Amino acid sequence: MPEEIKAHITGVVFQIPTKKGDKVGAGDPVIVLESMKMEIPVEAPRAGVVREIKVQEGQTVQEGDTVAVLD
Amino acid sequence: MRKVLVANRGEIARRVFRACRHLGLATVAVYSEADVDAPHVREAGEAIMLGPPPPRETYLDIERILHAARRSGADAIHPGYGFLSENWRFAEAVARAGLTFIGPPVEAVRAMGDKTEARRLMAAAGVPTVPGTPGPIADVAEAEALGARAGYPVVLKAAGGGGGIGMVRVDKAGDLATAFASATRRAQSAFGNAAIYVERYLERPRHVEVQVFADTHGTVVHLHERECSIQRRHQKLIEESPAPNLPAATKRGLVDAAVAGARAIGYVNAGTMEFLVDASGGFYFLEMNTRIQVEHPVTEEVTGLDLVVEQLRVAAGERLSWRQEDIVQRGAAIEVRVYAEDPDKNFLPSPGTITRLEMPAGEGLRVESGVESGSVVSVHYDPLLFKLVARGASRDEALGRMRTALGATVVEGVRTTIPFLRKALEHPDVRRGALHTQMVDQGAFR
Repeated sequence: MPEEIKAHITGVVFQIPTKKGDKVGAGDPVIVLESMKMEIPVEAPRAGVVREIKVQEGQTVQEGDTVAVLD
Repeated sequence: MRKVLVANRGEIARRVFRACRHLGLATVAVYSEADVDAPHVREAGEAIMLGPPPPRETYLDIERILHAARRSGADAIHPGYGFLSENWRFAEAVARAGLTFIGPPVEAVRAMGDKTEARRLMAAAGVPTVPGTPGPIADVAEAEALGARAGYPVVLKAAGGGGGIGMVRVDKAGDLATAFASATRRAQSAFGNAAIYVERYLERPRHVEVQVFADTHGTVVHLHERECSIQRRHQKLIEESPAPNLPAATKRGLVDAAVAGARAIGYVNAGTMEFLVDASGGFYFLEMNTRIQVEHPVTEEVTGLDLVVEQLRVAAGERLSWRQEDIVQRGAAIEVRVYAEDPDKNFLPSPGTITRLEMPAGEGLRVESGVESGSVVSVHYDPLLFKLVARGASRDEALGRMRTALGATVVEGVRTTIPFLRKALEHPDVRRGALHTQMVDQGAFR
């Protein structure tokens, strides 16, 4: 079942340490947001393969926005 | 000096404008698209838009700030804190543009910005630094020599890394050989570099800093100390003056060292010498901040002196208006920093719109705020919303006023650190003034 990974805070996409097709473990950072001078990872809720990254570096995302999809 | 541009935003920009108005100086604000409606923009005599919200295109862009100064005819720039305030290239560029930098000489900013160079210069000036080996050690015998000289515990640290990774604490000489082998192995695997150095390990140190001030005529004074031990991840949360329960000998040593250190590097304007103080009252230089500090109001409240007005006067070449013997601490003052962070979610940032803001007021209370009802707290900047400062005839009175003030403060729309601050001020160790820098991270206020 594909699962959407949502941003838990509002911020700017600072880094994308993963790409489509990468295997990730539960708790691995899928993207890193920057908010108020802090870097905050958005983590994979479970192990899986990254099906899609929905954001680009520098983009502003709101809390609750989907940033990636996990297979 | 007639017109001052403030290369900053939020509460500190407003604070500097207030000081300028007091001296009859004209004011210029700079701002980003995110700050169009910010109070600091409205309060300045004129305001110049720098660009889009990201700091590197606005408050960190030296060229755009200098351009704004030229356009507005400002002849001096106050950097505030954060942003470009400790960037020596900025101080140099301001001077090269023929403008007055309201801060120390370029060389002092540069030397104190290089943390190893700063420690070397301060040690040479007789300021105590944490005892340690000057560089990586070749064998365990060098670690033993340091242990014998400085005492235990010591800590072995990876020369090639940081963040506490690979650190090994050693409590007695007999454990050094094993610890040296394991620290070397860990350093090699973590950083690809096996080099290690050794330092005396400070147990639950306090953070105590000394406010210094110097003019261009060779006078250097101190404005006593501030206790800033309540911090998390090196960000201060609560500051006060005087430092509670500080032995008199330590206090004397601190202020003497601070003045000697500032004098040794030819310092001018406001600066802060930061120290760690151990349980036995020993103190060690940490770093020097070559700017006005966030927590400067606690010093103003106990001394009755205006540090920002003095910064402007000294930058204009005037002599310090105070003699050391006139600078005395009266009563006590405490400051809390209210951040847009959620203490229930491990201090996650909480950007958003402030839908309701009610500030406390009362005897001995001062508010320094960068926001108002309706302000948008942007993801692009530091989460500091405002500071509350309470003063009293005694520490207990100041703490009591602060507790009342925090209870009367209402912020809606974003999460803030207020619940955390209220808990901290009720803690028995805070009430009796038994503070150390690890208390927040160790969960004392959960």
